[in-house]
Amino acid sequence: MHDGSPDAKGLARAAAFARLAAMARYLALRFLSLALSLAVASVVIFAVIQGVPGDPAAFMLGLNAAPDTVAALRSELGLEGGLAQRYIAWVGGMATGDFGISYTYRVPVADLVADRLAVSLPLAAYALLLSTALALPAGMLAAARRGGPVDWGIIAATQLGIAVPNFWFAMLLVVLFAITWPVFSAGGFPGWEAGLFAGLKALTLPAVALALPQAAILARVMRSALIETLHADYIRTARAKGLSEAAAIRRHAFRNALIPVLTILGLQFSFLLAGAIIIENVFFLPGLGRLIFQGITARDLIVVQSVTMLLVFAVILVTFLVDLAYAAVDPRLRKRG
Amino acid sequence: MRAPVSLVLGAALTGVFALAALVSLVWTPADVTALAVGERLKPPGTGALLGTDQLGRDMASMLMAGARTSIAVALVAVGIGMGAGVPLGLWAAARRGGLVDEVLMRANDLIFAFPALVIAILITAVFGPSAVNAILAIGIFNIPVFARVTRGAALTVWSAEFILAARCAGKGATRISVEHILPNIANLLVVQGTIQFSLGILAEAGLSYVGLGAQPPTPSWGRMLAEAQTFFYSSPHLAVLPGLAIVLTVLGLNMMGDGLRDLLDPRLQRAVR
Repeated sequence: MHDGSPDAKGLARAAAFARLAAMARYLALRFLSLALSLAVASVVIFAVIQGVPGDPAAFMLGLNAAPDTVAALRSELGLEGGLAQRYIAWVGGMATGDFGISYTYRVPVADLVADRLAVSLPLAAYALLLSTALALPAGMLAAARRGGPVDWGIIAATQLGIAVPNFWFAMLLVVLFAITWPVFSAGGFPGWEAGLFAGLKALTLPAVALALPQAAILARVMRSALIETLHADYIRTARAKGLSEAAAIRRHAFRNALIPVLTILGLQFSFLLAGAIIIENVFFLPGLGRLIFQGITARDLIVVQSVTMLLVFAVILVTFLVDLAYAAVDPRLRKRG
Repeated sequence: MRAPVSLVLGAALTGVFALAALVSLVWTPADVTALAVGERLKPPGTGALLGTDQLGRDMASMLMAGARTSIAVALVAVGIGMGAGVPLGLWAAARRGGLVDEVLMRANDLIFAFPALVIAILITAVFGPSAVNAILAIGIFNIPVFARVTRGAALTVWSAEFILAARCAGKGATRISVEHILPNIANLLVVQGTIQFSLGILAEAGLSYVGLGAQPPTPSWGRMLAEAQTFFYSSPHLAVLPGLAIVLTVLGLNMMGDGLRDLLDPRLQRAVR
C-alpha cells in the first residue's frame, strides 16, 4: 500500500472516498431520523393537548364560562380552523420563534421561556456537574477495589441512591440544611441580578437532590464499564510492561470505559430537564418545569404545548449530538446507523 | 455469595410491603377515612403505633393502604408493558432485519427520546388526575423497554440450533416464538419486570406527590409526602415514614432483581441493562 505505485495511490484515494461516503450516509440517516422524531413528537404533543375531551377553549375557561367568552377565546386562540391548519400554524410559528401568547400571563410564551431557561439550564448543568464529579471517582474507586469492602460500600450506597425518590431527598435536605442549619435557602430564586453567589445558594439544594439518583446510576455504569475493560488484552499488556494498576486504569481503561458513561450522561440530561419538574415544585424555583406545571393548573394550554415541545426538542437534540460525538470518537459505531 | 443474600433480603423487604398491601384489603388497624381532628399529629408510640397525621388518621393504616395503591399501580403498569412489549419484541425478532423490525425499533427509539415524566404529567393533566391515568402514563413507557429486551434476547435464541430443528419440523415463526423463544427468555423478562416494577413505584410516588396520581380519600405514599411538607419540622414522622416506605420497597425490588438475575442465569447478566 505504501510503495507509492500509482495503483496503490488510487486504492488509497478510493478507500478515503468510501470512508467519506459512509460518513455522509451516516450523517444523512441521523438527520433524517432527527427530523422524523421531531415531526412525530410534535404530532403526539399536539394531539394530546388538542385532543382534550370537548373544546379546548371551554376546558381552559372551566365549567361556568359564558358561551360568548368561550367563543371570544376560541377566536383568540385561533381554534376556528381545522386540526391540520392549526397544527401547521403552530409548528410554523415555533420554527420562527413564535411560541404563541400565554393565555394567563398575556405575554409571548417565548419571553416566558427565556426567563425560565435562566433558571432551568444552570440547574441542569449544576446537577450534571455534581453528579459527574461524585460518580466518576466513586465508580473508578469501586472498580479498582472490586470485591473488597470499599467496593461493597459504594455498591450499597448506589443501591440506596437509586431507591430514594429525589423529591423526598429534597425535603430532607431542606429540613437539614435550610431550617436546622440555615446554610442554603429553602426555596425560591432571587434572580441572577442578586449576584452569582445568591443564585448558586438557591440552586445548590435542588441540584444536589437532582444529582443524587443520577450519580448513583452513573457510578454503577462507570464501575461495570471499567471492570469490563480491565479484562481486555491491552490492559494485560499494559500491566505486563510494568504499569501499576492505577496507571493502567488511568491511561488505558478509563478512556475505553467512557463510551457507555457518555451514553448514560446523554440520557441523564433528559432526566435532569424532565425530573426538574418535580424538584422545581419542591423548591418553588421559577424554571421551565414549574412553568409547565403552572400552565397545567391554570389550563394555559398554549404554554403547556409549546414548553413541552421545547423540552422534547432539547432532549432529542442532545441524543442526536451524543450520537454524533460517538461516531467521531469510535468509528466502529458508525456502521450501526 | 452475593446473589442469594440480596435475593433473600430483597424478597423479604418486598414481601413485607406486599403482605401489608394484601392485609389492608381486609383489615387495617384503623379506618383510613375516619378523621379525628382531636387526635391529630400524635407522634409514634402514643396510642397509635406509628402516630397520626394532620387529620388524625392512623399512620400505620395509611401506610398499609398506601402500599396497596403503589403496588397496584406499578404492577398493572408492568402488566401493560409486558402485555404489549413482549409480543412486539417477539414479532420484531421473528422478522429480524425486515421492515416490521425496523419500524418497531424506530418507534421504540422515538418513545425513548421522550422525557417520560413530562409526558406522564401531560397525560394525567389533560385526561384528569386519577390512579387509572397514572397507570396508563407509566405503562406506556414500559412498552418499549420490554419490546427492546425481548427482541434482544429473542435474537440470540433464534440463532440456536434447536430453533433450526423446530423449523425443520415445520413449525411456523409464531409457534416457535411462543413454544421455544418465550420460555428461554422468561428469566430475563422476570428480572426486567422487577426493575420496571420498582421504577413504577417511584414514578407513581412522583405523580401523586404533584397531585396527579390517586385522588383523595385513597391513600398514597406520594400524596402523604406532599401533605406532610408543611408539618415536616414539627411532626417529622409524617414525612419520614412514607419516604422510608418508598425507599425500602424500591430497594427490596431492586435487590430482588439483582439476586434473581444472578441466580437464574449468570450468562444473561450482560444482556440486562
